[in-house]
Amino acid sequence: MAALTDLTLAEAAAGLAAGDFTSIELTDASLAAMEAGRALNAFITETPELARARAAESDARRGRGETRGPLDGVPVAIKDLFCTEGVLTTAGSHILDGFTPTYESTVSQNLRNAGAVMIGKTNLDEFAMGSSNATSYYGPVINPWRADDGKDRVPGGSSGGSASSVAARICFGATGTDTGGSIRQPGSFCGIVGMKPTYGRCSRWGIVAFASSLDQAGPMTRTVRDAALMLQGMAGHDPKDSTSTPVDLPDFAAALTGDIRGMKIGIPKEYRLDGMPEEIEALWRQGVEWLEAAGAETREVSLPHTKYALPTYYIIAPAEASSNLARYDGVRYGLRVPGDSLDEMYENTRGAGFGAEVRRRVLIGTYVLSAGYYDAYYIKAQRVRSLIARDFDRAFEEVDALLTPTAPSAAFALGEKMDDPIAMYLNDVFTVPSSLAGLPAISVPAGLSREGLPLGLQIITPAFDEERVFRVGEVLETASSFDTRLRGA
Amino acid sequence: MALDSNTVKKIAFLARIKVPDSDLGGLANELNNIIGWVEQLGEVNTEGVEPMTSVAEMSLYKRADEVTDGAYPERVLANAPEPEKGFYTVPKVVE
Amino acid sequence: MTYLIQGDRGDWEVVIGLEIHGQVVSKAKLFSGAATAFGADPNCQVSLVDAAMPGMLPVINEHCVEQAVRTGLGLKAEINLFSVFERKNYFYADLPQGYQISQYQHPIVGEGTVVLDMPDGSTREIGIERLHMEQDAGKSLHDQDPRRSFIDLNRTGVCLMEIVTKPDIRSPEEAGLFLRKLRSIMRYLGTCDGNMEEGSMRCDINVSVRSVGETELRTRAEVKNLNSVRFVMQAIEYEASRQVEAHDAGEEVVQETRLFDSARGTTRPMRAKEFAHDYRYFPDPDLLPLQLDQAFVDRIKAALPELPDDKKARFIREFGLSPYDAGVLVASRRVAEYFEAVAEGRDPKTAANWVITNLFGALNAKGLDISESPVSAAALGKLIDLIGKGTLSGRMAKEVFDAMLESGQDPEAIVAERGLEQISDSGAIEGIVDGLIADNPTQVEQYRAGNQKVIGWFVGQIMKATQGKANPQMVNKLLREKLGE
Repeated sequence: MAALTDLTLAEAAAGLAAGDFTSIELTDASLAAMEAGRALNAFITETPELARARAAESDARRGRGETRGPLDGVPVAIKDLFCTEGVLTTAGSHILDGFTPTYESTVSQNLRNAGAVMIGKTNLDEFAMGSSNATSYYGPVINPWRADDGKDRVPGGSSGGSASSVAARICFGATGTDTGGSIRQPGSFCGIVGMKPTYGRCSRWGIVAFASSLDQAGPMTRTVRDAALMLQGMAGHDPKDSTSTPVDLPDFAAALTGDIRGMKIGIPKEYRLDGMPEEIEALWRQGVEWLEAAGAETREVSLPHTKYALPTYYIIAPAEASSNLARYDGVRYGLRVPGDSLDEMYENTRGAGFGAEVRRRVLIGTYVLSAGYYDAYYIKAQRVRSLIARDFDRAFEEVDALLTPTAPSAAFALGEKMDDPIAMYLNDVFTVPSSLAGLPAISVPAGLSREGLPLGLQIITPAFDEERVFRVGEVLETASSFDTRLRGA
Repeated sequence: MALDSNTVKKIAFLARIKVPDSDLGGLANELNNIIGWVEQLGEVNTEGVEPMTSVAEMSLYKRADEVTDGAYPERVLANAPEPEKGFYTVPKVVE
Repeated sequence: MTYLIQGDRGDWEVVIGLEIHGQVVSKAKLFSGAATAFGADPNCQVSLVDAAMPGMLPVINEHCVEQAVRTGLGLKAEINLFSVFERKNYFYADLPQGYQISQYQHPIVGEGTVVLDMPDGSTREIGIERLHMEQDAGKSLHDQDPRRSFIDLNRTGVCLMEIVTKPDIRSPEEAGLFLRKLRSIMRYLGTCDGNMEEGSMRCDINVSVRSVGETELRTRAEVKNLNSVRFVMQAIEYEASRQVEAHDAGEEVVQETRLFDSARGTTRPMRAKEFAHDYRYFPDPDLLPLQLDQAFVDRIKAALPELPDDKKARFIREFGLSPYDAGVLVASRRVAEYFEAVAEGRDPKTAANWVITNLFGALNAKGLDISESPVSAAALGKLIDLIGKGTLSGRMAKEVFDAMLESGQDPEAIVAERGLEQISDSGAIEGIVDGLIADNPTQVEQYRAGNQKVIGWFVGQIMKATQGKANPQMVNKLLREKLGE
């Protein structure tokens, strides 16, 4: 039999149900893999005792004939942006030094209630601001995939630790959060499935906020089916979050019929960027063929305001962040650097507590909201955001889903693009528009770059049509028969 | 429009982030680049377009007026850097 | 009536606008389920949301929305079915989020009116500019430690209504009347208890002056955080004369925020900040716009209590009360309810007289509120009935009333206990009169010789014999009959 950690989440669930192994065995396998994979720096906090305790509870439940569904007893990792009761929560930032919440985020609580076993908290870009996981106060995460040149690659970001730990088969799934691509881009870089649900599908309660109108939690797994199972355990209306949508949760896995015959798939022409690597274009063309072969119709559609999505995002997200991060002031939790006056204490604490990228974005956000600039920047961006959302509405009058690349390149080397913020921001060029419109989207690993690194394709659908996202995603997955095993592993 | 070091200093104070004077110039350049880049939105005709307030198309959920929370000072103060007699503390504020 | 300040070269008028912060009456806070009660131990009424823990989110309290709408309707104001919560960003020790959730561009209530009853019987309308909802901040204590301030977040997140008037107020007196009237309306509505001492109502004033006849407004100064009507009036007086002196001296009146020194009755500029505030308002992305449907507003409107202006008109119309008496009785909803209970089925003017003259006098002397009155409306009503039935004389009634104030007993019980019942049995009184006439021929002669005053002596004797319980009208009537024989 293959190693337990090689199983998919669905296979692990089936094995637990069949009594082939226990949750403790599965959890110990994951904990061992976590230890063996420490060089990846994927975890900020490991929680082995907690994991074994929860695994034992799961086994006991199962022994009594009770089970809470497919996630019961399955080891997962939680991005360190989710507050976890009694477990250090850092958001990858120095400013949250020592912060141990007395509460559990709704999403991680939902997973706990479903019986999932948390093995640790994964590394991330500081406050989820980044596309390489290089802005973490706890150091960069390494992508477990090796390129031909042997240089370490970034896992993408901000959910870099989650992506890396799923790709390295340390856990069966991990939570991520996606504000402008933070689940999908690392999913693409690490050769795994990353799914961002519709804004409002998962509660934001207890997730350290970056940009409130964009932040959304989602699953990161090795298969589309696993993502469907995991989202089932994460999502649901939460009266503690005013932006959580009170809609029923469909059975996501039931949507995986493999049948997309007659479905209309749009290919947005504006996503064909100047200077896009040929291998990305080729993969995208390949994706079109796969979907057509499965019986879908494809056609070109237009999303005319696509090129304005990134600048729009880089006004709105920093503006919200500048306000959301005001609470980190050294008074109630986290780092405090003394000062002679209240203002000095604030300035010292926040000066020392925030890294360069966070500081940059908070200053940009403060600037675009300040007197005299608010209308020119923030209101303008919100108007363009309306136009971007309208583009999608019009496209979805013609088609059922959109197919695009996930990212404009494969994973780049550690240290690259760090001195050029805008080049870094361009990583999210294909993921940001659907974030601005609040739409569900998935990145499915579909091929390898010339250097042997994974590349993902993205499916986007209208709001609250995650079922279609999964269905089309699984068809792509099947057609590509992408091998998630790390090369050389 | 260009952000100079002085503007960066003002913004940094508004955001209460201490920026060493030696960083101001470099930061001004970085911020200028980003601001210059986002200014391409000026090309977009947004006449008559409403600013988006939320992507969530639903009515605001309202809770009932019941006391359901609080009354746990130990949790409120659990992570406080320098709590004292049930209070948070800050350097003395002179009004 | 006009309030004018004499300057060196002519008269000046004062232009005043008020901003009132009223704490909304609710059990729980605006965006969290923590309690709002006054006086709890530090940080014991604080939720994780109020303490701005990472990832915490606001969820609005429906009752607070209703209270704001109710207040808007009480101010005869426009209710905005679409309003938006925005973040007002600034750093302060008592502001854990680093922003206050408030309403800015789209408040829940628009323009309205408050009618002032002036002492000369005329009325004045003061325009309301807007009313919006916002979170209160916490409290800083500066006297607990030599180098630190202590922070208590119990008040953090309590719902406030900020009510802004138009610059329609022209004197300290009008400002005082306005605040009392606004407080009365909010108390009628049950939306704000108006208790300025406990801080549940606070007032900022905007004051400018201009020469009589000028139409443009001059630069104004703002005085913040006044916590009594008297201080508001004092601060306006001081500011108005300070500004007139400045204008006369050719000095510039600067737009600034000033603080009131209640010990001296003066104002002084706040310590200048290094940089001006820049609040960077933007719609709170954690909340959606607040959209109300007309039916919601209509339901609240239909359930509104009768407000002071309408009640006063009705008291004048139905009960024939003077505008002054009616005004006194409607100033508080509890007083009005008390009065109506007393007046029910009785002569309203007698009831008004008892409530205003006797009850208010006694409560004022004891420093009690109507709600603490030892004499219930039902008991006072019974007392008035006892007078009507002739059981008590007016003088005896006062004695019974005093006893009711002391003991809280029913008038009937006091009458019975003290044997205070008036003797209205003509036979009994006749017997005493007959005896007196028989025993005192000298006085009888004097009377019959035309000395009418001597009748007083007879009355005194009868009262003495009956311990004052004889019905005075009956005594008088019988004496005149018998002595006239």
